Amino acid sequence: MHVLSTTDVTKKFGGLVAVNQFDFDIPEGRIYSVIGPNGAGKTTFFNCITGFYESDGGAIKFMGRVLNGKSTDQITRMGVSRTYQNIRLFSNMTAIENILVGRHPHYKTFWMEAIVQTKRVLREEAEALEEALHLLDFVGLQGLGDQLATNLPYGAQRRLEIARALANRPKLLLLDEPTAGMNPNETIEMMRFIQRLRDELGITILLIEHDMKVVMGISENIGVMDFGTKIAEGTPEEIQRNPQVIEAYLGRGASSEVL
Amino acid sequence: MTITKSIEIRDVIKFGLLAGVIVLSLSVIGFIDLLGTRELVAGMFTLGHIFMLAAPFGMAFVSAGKVSADEKNKALGYGFLIGVIAALPLVVLAILATSFDIRQFLPNVSPSLISLLTFGQGLTVGSLILVVVTGILGLLAAGLHTLPDRFQHPLITGLGWMLIAGTFSEILLGRVRAFFGRGVVKLIFAGKALNPIAALIIFVLAAGITYWLDTRAPKKEETVEDIKKLQKMTKIRIGLGILLLLVSPLILGTYLTEVANNVGLYVIMGLGLNIVVGFAGLLDLGFVAFFAIGAFAMGVLTSEGHLGLGLTFWTALPFSVLASTLAGVVLGIPVLGMRGDYLAIVTLGFGEIIRILALSDMLKPYIGGAQGILQIPKPSIMGFEFIQPESLFYIVLLGVLLAAFISWRLRDSRLGRQWMAMRDDEDVAEAMGINLVSTKLMAFASGAFFGGLAGAIFASKLTSIFPHSFNLIVSINVLSLIIVGGLGSLPGVVVGALILVGLPELLREFAEHRMLIYGALLIVMMLAKPEGFWPSEIIKRELHAHEEPEPVSSD
Repeated sequence: MHVLSTTDVTKKFGGLVAVNQFDFDIPEGRIYSVIGPNGAGKTTFFNCITGFYESDGGAIKFMGRVLNGKSTDQITRMGVSRTYQNIRLFSNMTAIENILVGRHPHYKTFWMEAIVQTKRVLREEAEALEEALHLLDFVGLQGLGDQLATNLPYGAQRRLEIARALANRPKLLLLDEPTAGMNPNETIEMMRFIQRLRDELGITILLIEHDMKVVMGISENIGVMDFGTKIAEGTPEEIQRNPQVIEAYLGRGASSEVL
Repeated sequence: MTITKSIEIRDVIKFGLLAGVIVLSLSVIGFIDLLGTRELVAGMFTLGHIFMLAAPFGMAFVSAGKVSADEKNKALGYGFLIGVIAALPLVVLAILATSFDIRQFLPNVSPSLISLLTFGQGLTVGSLILVVVTGILGLLAAGLHTLPDRFQHPLITGLGWMLIAGTFSEILLGRVRAFFGRGVVKLIFAGKALNPIAALIIFVLAAGITYWLDTRAPKKEETVEDIKKLQKMTKIRIGLGILLLLVSPLILGTYLTEVANNVGLYVIMGLGLNIVVGFAGLLDLGFVAFFAIGAFAMGVLTSEGHLGLGLTFWTALPFSVLASTLAGVVLGIPVLGMRGDYLAIVTLGFGEIIRILALSDMLKPYIGGAQGILQIPKPSIMGFEFIQPESLFYIVLLGVLLAAFISWRLRDSRLGRQWMAMRDDEDVAEAMGINLVSTKLMAFASGAFFGGLAGAIFASKLTSIFPHSFNLIVSINVLSLIIVGGLGSLPGVVVGALILVGLPELLREFAEHRMLIYGALLIVMMLAKPEGFWPSEIIKRELHAHEEPEPVSSD
């Protein structure tokens, strides 16, 4: 079964077609990467999936349910979560609080119960805290929970953002350049971590990434985007040999030289 | 506290002149002279002296912090220099004022001001005294800074208490007379001011107690044990505080209780606006609207005049609060998509609309137009009427405690986190599954709830309401007090209300300078302590987690 499948998704900004009739399918449990030159429309495509932009045409289906027309928070509740290219944590809240916010869709108590603190609320808060601490451990930030998010080092912020997204309990996780700005060691760690997300938690992962080592190292499928259109799709080996991809990255003529 | 850049002689001159110019401008606008009429310690100094000397003292203190710790003599020398330099502009003013008729340009430069500046000793001797006094004060300030913390803290606290006791000596005198009789008054006070020995005793007592408390205070280590201890201490403190509040009308007397009631109403409003602005980050400049709606609803429902329905306070209260809460939702709907400045302007308009509606002819048959609503009964329970400020105090207190309790519980709940997430980044909050529409409406509704509560109590307390009580300045006051206290902080609201509502009430003779003090205070605040007087703390959840009881087992 496909976790996510899109058909002919199009997004226009005025005369600019940012995403042009994009269609692809992600089977469950895969790590799928979307690559492409800067400005190819990758992040716009992400925003269409998460409902931040409404697509101008085409259909987006998640686990067989149509996402078009749903609001961002509804889509998150259905099981799609994301991180951001430029880290966007709730900077004036602590790390734990950030994760707790991510767990928001899974609270069941009513706000009035919180005022009188019913047993249900106390139990729910305790469970939430436990889960948040567990996630903090999982991403390797134990002991930093009470730090303000803005005070954490860069790499920790990236991890915290993922922990927050995991608190949504997603079935599909969209990672927008998770290794941007990291040194080679951190990048390798992040690659292993992404694999763990899939292997241990069973989350399907859709990745935007510029670092080809990461892309080729961990993805099982790759979709290549250029000027909003999908120009190729396949396994890392296929993509590496695809002349159209090489052309998009290196320019016309390059493909003949490389091959 | 050593700041990386140490200061040079040029900075010393700059600081000194800055202090001088501050005092000069305070003098020229007549502020110092006005304060000069308020004696702090009988026959020794007035509030005018304090303001005259505060700037050089403060500058010397601050600049001593910028000299490295091992150069004590340098710090002391700089302090002295700053003090001396700060006196120079004042000496120039004194010379000018005595040799020329400058009052036609600067009407506030009166002979009494010059006499105050020169300690009443004539131009030459007085100027010399002024220079020496400010110099010594600068020296003392710098000396104070070089002292280790365990001495510095008690000394500053003692000085602070002495100044507070002196400033409010008249009020203090009233209370002492009420409790201990005239004999004791004569011991402590001379005229309306403190007598020097009493002032000294207050200073020594305050400093001594602070020193003792400091030595006993636990070291700040974040072990589970310490947190438990702290939690226990906090509980005891809150209990004692509430107990003290319960008996405070007896201690405070009618006038101070009335002031406390006004502060309390502003605390309720502040807690409401704190949810909207502090938690949810929605800048609302029309908060007075909800206060007005609560008040008018209470008026219409309870008034015994021709406009009212004659209900009792307690029956009308839920409806009044409901009316303002609904108004909060109604205002919320059109502004859902707005942020920041746009939101501020729209809410500003909303506040004005409500006031103008209240004044309008259209609604005059219902809410009385400019004549307002009269004959609103005071609250009563089983025949007991809450007429005196002392008894109304308990109704206000009930409102404050309710508002504080709800704010506190909501802040630490999921809803509170939703608000704060929305404040930090709306888009991401939505991407975390938060429904922005309901979250925003909840913020507006909760804020309006407290605004309405304050309004309803206000109407019943005053027994008559007029549209002009609900103008923009109320919104500005409430917003300022939560900023001064610390955005998002609950104790900050109380501190802010005490400073911005209580203090001006107690210093009535300076009412004409109220806005000036307000503005200056806000500017200084934003520069020196942008997080407010009592900023909200970070909640330590990870550390707490290990000692919190196991989750209740589901059965």
